[in-house]
Amino acid sequence: MTTEATAGLASVMGATIRRELLLAMRSPGDVINPLMFFIIAVTLFPLGGGVEDAFLATIAPGVIWVTALLAVMLSLDSLYRADYEDGSLEQLLMSPQPLYFLVLSKVFSHWLMACLPIIVLAPVLALMLKLPAAGIGALVISLALGTPILVLIGAIGMALTVGLSRSGLLLAVLILPLYVPVLIFGTGVVDAAINDMAYAGLLALMGAMLALAISLSPLAIVAALRISVN
Amino acid sequence: MLEARDLYCERDDRVLFQHLDFSLCAGQAIQVQGSNGSGKTTLLRILCGLNRDYRGDIRWQGQPVEKARADFRAQVFYLGHAPAINRRLSAAENLRWFCASRGVRAGNIRAALAAFNLQGYDDVPCYMMSAGQQRRVSLARMKLVPAAVWILDEPFTALDRKGVSELEGMLSDFVRSEGSLLLTTHHPLQMDCDVGIIDLDAGMRERGGV
Repeated sequence: MTTEATAGLASVMGATIRRELLLAMRSPGDVINPLMFFIIAVTLFPLGGGVEDAFLATIAPGVIWVTALLAVMLSLDSLYRADYEDGSLEQLLMSPQPLYFLVLSKVFSHWLMACLPIIVLAPVLALMLKLPAAGIGALVISLALGTPILVLIGAIGMALTVGLSRSGLLLAVLILPLYVPVLIFGTGVVDAAINDMAYAGLLALMGAMLALAISLSPLAIVAALRISVN
Repeated sequence: MLEARDLYCERDDRVLFQHLDFSLCAGQAIQVQGSNGSGKTTLLRILCGLNRDYRGDIRWQGQPVEKARADFRAQVFYLGHAPAINRRLSAAENLRWFCASRGVRAGNIRAALAAFNLQGYDDVPCYMMSAGQQRRVSLARMKLVPAAVWILDEPFTALDRKGVSELEGMLSDFVRSEGSLLLTTHHPLQMDCDVGIIDLDAGMRERGGV
């Protein structure tokens, strides 16, 4: 690839990310809603399940991971909806630029807006749930590796269902089975850290899953978008 | 440049067109005619590669369009029914992203908007504009990206009378400068160049349909 083409690609990706961030700033609800859901749902667990420290510490990794997963799913609806309705998606698919990178930058900006706040806030909520200090670092790392996988997989499901008016349940049925391994490994990392066991191997597996998701899911997303626009 | 041979498309067990042959050369304009539901939009979307439910052969510069997809996309400007304008972004932001997404340096956006009588609307969010003004923002894109073929689906929708005649002038200029134009419209065209016709109703009548 020539330098000029590379520079062109970087500017395409930069422009896409800038556009998505600008849109998020114009309608902050898309960013705040999943975050508020995450905070509220996690806060409700001690109220409903009792406030014994030992009990809370046991459920903390699972509660935070499951809630983060559901918050990501909740955020997905805004990913392509507006572009599908106003026809921008057709223009995107007609772009002579590599769609792989266009789609990847769109998903990346979605992760920045929907997941980064969750990752930043997770240690605070973990402290509230009395998660032992040893698990907090592992929780943040596992979320940082896991949430991009969730967004990439969810984007495939969303791309497939964007043409349907009520896609919520179908989306859940499509992508939840694929979310399960991420959830198991994610909570596994935190549990291992709490119990003073080595968790580097689990993180390496999550890293491998992320690498696989980054390399393959944009292709699936493009194919799914073509079907939806057809 | 763009050739179609023996195109066939059906929707919901109804044949929209069959044995459709035509070719679009540089400096040629073709208007696709037909009543509502006769498949005009479908035909344009098939040619753009957005709809794949067809049989037949589409060639770009003599090559099957699937093989020349990247070059084809770089040379085609498509304007669909939907304006492809995000209502939360301003006119300039929309156009800037459109240029970037096609890998084109955003040229003079102000001049492009001015060509469609939108001086001073650069930074106005599109949701504050009327339907006609949004359509003009959408049309301004064709001033910004170089393309050899314009495929326009009902470009005159929502434009006022002056806007229509100005757009007709622009289309004629484009065709005279060796551009290829394929458009659908129900509006009687008044262009200073020859306009070929593809009549989708004719095929429908031959098959005895309504």
